[in-house]
Amino acid sequence: MTSREMMHRSESAVSIELQTPDMTLNIGPQHPSTHGVLRLVAKVDGERIREVEPVIGYMHRGYEKLAEVRTYAQITALVNRIDWVSGFASEVPFILGVEKLMGVEAPERAQWIRLILSELARISSHLVFISSYPLELGATTPLMHSLREREYILELIEEVTGGRFHPNFNRVGGVKSAYGGGSTTKKQSMDLPAGFFKRTSEAMDRMDKICDDIDTLVTGNELIKMRTVGVGIIPPDKALEFGLSGPNLRASGVAYDLRKSDSYLTYDQVEFDVVSRPGGDCYDRYLVRLHEVRESVKIIRQAIDMIPSGPLQAKVPRVLKAPKGHVYSRAENPKGEFGYYIVSEGGKMPYRLKIRSTSFSNLTILPWILKGQLIPDLVAIMGSLDFVLGDVDR
Amino acid sequence: MSIFIEAAIRAVFVFGFLLVTVILLVWVERKFVSDLQNRVGPDRAGPWGILQTLADGMKSFFKESIRPTNVEVALFVAAPIIALMTALLIFMVVPIGAPVEINGTEYALVGADLNVGLLYVLALSSMAVYAIVFAGWASGSKYPLLGSVRASAQMISYEAAMGLSLVPVVLFAGSTSITTIVEQQQGTFLGVFPAWNIVLLPSFVIFLISGFAETNRAPFDLVEAEQEIVGGYHTEYSGFQFALFFLAEYIAVFNISALTAVLFLGGWSGPVFGPAWIAWVWPIGWFLLKTWAIVLFFVWVRASLPRMRYDHLMSFGWKKLIPVSLAWIILVAIAIGIRDFGLPWS
Repeated sequence: MTSREMMHRSESAVSIELQTPDMTLNIGPQHPSTHGVLRLVAKVDGERIREVEPVIGYMHRGYEKLAEVRTYAQITALVNRIDWVSGFASEVPFILGVEKLMGVEAPERAQWIRLILSELARISSHLVFISSYPLELGATTPLMHSLREREYILELIEEVTGGRFHPNFNRVGGVKSAYGGGSTTKKQSMDLPAGFFKRTSEAMDRMDKICDDIDTLVTGNELIKMRTVGVGIIPPDKALEFGLSGPNLRASGVAYDLRKSDSYLTYDQVEFDVVSRPGGDCYDRYLVRLHEVRESVKIIRQAIDMIPSGPLQAKVPRVLKAPKGHVYSRAENPKGEFGYYIVSEGGKMPYRLKIRSTSFSNLTILPWILKGQLIPDLVAIMGSLDFVLGDVDR
Repeated sequence: MSIFIEAAIRAVFVFGFLLVTVILLVWVERKFVSDLQNRVGPDRAGPWGILQTLADGMKSFFKESIRPTNVEVALFVAAPIIALMTALLIFMVVPIGAPVEINGTEYALVGADLNVGLLYVLALSSMAVYAIVFAGWASGSKYPLLGSVRASAQMISYEAAMGLSLVPVVLFAGSTSITTIVEQQQGTFLGVFPAWNIVLLPSFVIFLISGFAETNRAPFDLVEAEQEIVGGYHTEYSGFQFALFFLAEYIAVFNISALTAVLFLGGWSGPVFGPAWIAWVWPIGWFLLKTWAIVLFFVWVRASLPRMRYDHLMSFGWKKLIPVSLAWIILVAIAIGIRDFGLPWS
């Protein structure tokens, strides 16, 4: 072989296209930014994600099955543990469904109290997002500031219900009579605690202020914009196709809010705007939640003015039995549509309870949206979807 | 023989000085960030928690250094040592005060007055990349690997920007010896302004930005981005080996701050008062004041900014910092040419 031939050969040997196998990267179940125990099996090429497969179920607690051996009154203690960041908000659709099934209606004051507490839960849940999302992008300070403000909300919830995270405050046909309350009627001495509305409106002033603070600290921050604007865009048709709901859907330009379209509780009597943004990227999902805090503040202020006095509990039989039938009841949770399908064969316990949990449906878009993204964007996108693993696995 | 003894004393002094500084630095950072974030910060060990760092160091010293099964043992062990050595050695050429006269002999307050001081600094900070690359590669684990790939790209590109930002300083001073550069910044300019190299403002800004990247501090801390790649290159390290990395990182922060103070803020230059036996303390005080101001700036930035993304970081380095430094070098070179040789047509 001449040297020329050898050279030719070696060149042809080199010119074979090199195939580098993708690296399989297990993100989670123990990982700082998977919000708990989500596991993502990602095929990565360097920092680029080829495909990703979410693996869920590490936190399955079997609430649907457990509900089949609990009475309706006991199940409220389970359902507020599904999405623990907004415990009260997941009780509401369940209790509304049970009331519909039994043909009971809660007194108006109880409806308003439910509305106020739902909105407090929404603020608390969104503040968790507003605090943890910059943290996922590497900014540590907003975390402390908005978690401090959330503490005021949790104190209010605790004051009324006795629990910061798990209120278990709803009763079939009303809400629990709170201890140590000032009276609004002569018969009901167990009402909301004295001075609750004053403290609530003070807390609402704080919420306005923290929203402004967060605006200056996070919203206008160039680096935050670099990380989020145009990242993880979900077009409206894809958002509907994957069944997104709540802020994630509204950030894609679909102004769909169950509080308006279903007008459960007394939402039809208060004025508020449905926040929606056209972009569908991470920044819009962040902004929608920030603006929803302001809207919730607006709702609570109106509710404080409009709440009537009256009883907290409708007359219900001592032993609660639902007639045979089924009902689907849903409500706008802080994270989106939260629904319960209750099937009753008659008796004290439901025959079957199907939980349509928000985070689970919002999570289904992950494989589609993470394809072809970078690992830092994976964190940004996952954080912007704002799911809670307890809500995913139930 | 005495020259060796003197060198040994200087080396031991620099080592001790840096260790004490790091203990303070970690505490100051934690306290300062806590203040910004409505927290209390460490307050258990010693008054105001000042011994917290010492306690943490002791704890990690006594903990087991876990070595996972599929590591490259030699590199895995060498990496933290390289990290610490480079960080310690850089400070050897930083003058911390004006020369002191003892018994008629003048002693420079510097570990070693090298005439190639700046080149030595750049060479050693390039070496620091090896520590991170070795650590990530030798860990035999995926997150450290990603971290070390990021690190090599980031530190090499910002090394270039940093080197280029120092060229105007060298042109200005006509020397690469750091002591000479400081001496040139003594006195005042037009009688009022201190004659610091801060007039080379673009260089100062670029040096500081690359300093953030070189030390892997926020917003350029993507080498060890906890939320993305867990801990980056030091994910698999524990115990004392981890403490070495930690120590090296904070020494590097102090090094960059000290270098910024020395190269751009006049180092130990500043007004001196009092009799001769106390006057020598003032320059050291000025140096420390300037350095700690920059350290606090580092901490402040860390508390306020999120992390940049990898591709943004690279394009920022190559497309913004490096062209700007190149243009600035040409400008400074022309200005100095005019200063020294007059206008070309005159």
